[in-house]
Amino acid sequence: MSAPRRYELVYIVTPDAPEEQVAAIHEQVDQTVQKMGGTLEKSENWGRRKLAYEIQHHKDGVYVLEVILGGGELMKELDRKLKVIDQVIRHLVVRVDEEQSVADRTRSRRQNTQARRRTARGLPPVPTEGERRRGDSGDDDGGDVGLEAEI
Amino acid sequence: MAFGAKKSGSGGRGRGGSSSRTGGAAGTGDRAGAGGQRRSLFRRRKVCKFCADKIDDINYKDVKLLQGFVPERAKVLPRRISGTCAKHQRKLRVAIMRARVLALLPYAAE
Repeated sequence: MSAPRRYELVYIVTPDAPEEQVAAIHEQVDQTVQKMGGTLEKSENWGRRKLAYEIQHHKDGVYVLEVILGGGELMKELDRKLKVIDQVIRHLVVRVDEEQSVADRTRSRRQNTQARRRTARGLPPVPTEGERRRGDSGDDDGGDVGLEAEI
Repeated sequence: MAFGAKKSGSGGRGRGGSSSRTGGAAGTGDRAGAGGQRRSLFRRRKVCKFCADKIDDINYKDVKLLQGFVPERAKVLPRRISGTCAKHQRKLRVAIMRARVLALLPYAAE
């Protein structure tokens, strides 16, 4: 099998569920992941947040993010399990590894071209802090406006 | 230039009234230009925020960033207004759609 896929799972637990229940749901997710041969890379509790719209008459919820390495079957199982749990009012699974690798590639490519161009101009490859960028030159536009109008 | 002159000439012969009216409109335009309308003549070029700031991945969890592209009615801000490039608008749209599922952004304003 190829390298494991990275998924992000975010779920929202009802605000009236006690802390232990949130922990229990997290535990359940962790167990499923381990049973199906995946790894839990990261787990983050965002705490209570206001919802942008009401879900089942709840105005806020407890957000939990889990980053999971594993296969599609595992995520299918997790998706099914979370659907069953009543305290989880919303959940979302997103595969992130592909987009991440694309973003990393473009970033490294940009840094490489920048370094190449800068060395060609005889500058250090990485811009220094105090360096002026072209976009920073502030009020030059004002003069141009007057000129345009006169023509 | 020659083409333009010819066209205006024929227009003048055919419909004298209309040509004089356009002349009048141009006159008022000039006057407004001298006064307050000058700014609208020179429109600032819009730049894609994500290209300028070098944001590679538009993440659905970054609510602060996304909120700038979701005006009052909670619709996605069109490209013609925000100036976002096509590539980033596509990614932005997906990010907003995901954020909506998680109630981080509204589907519609109440």
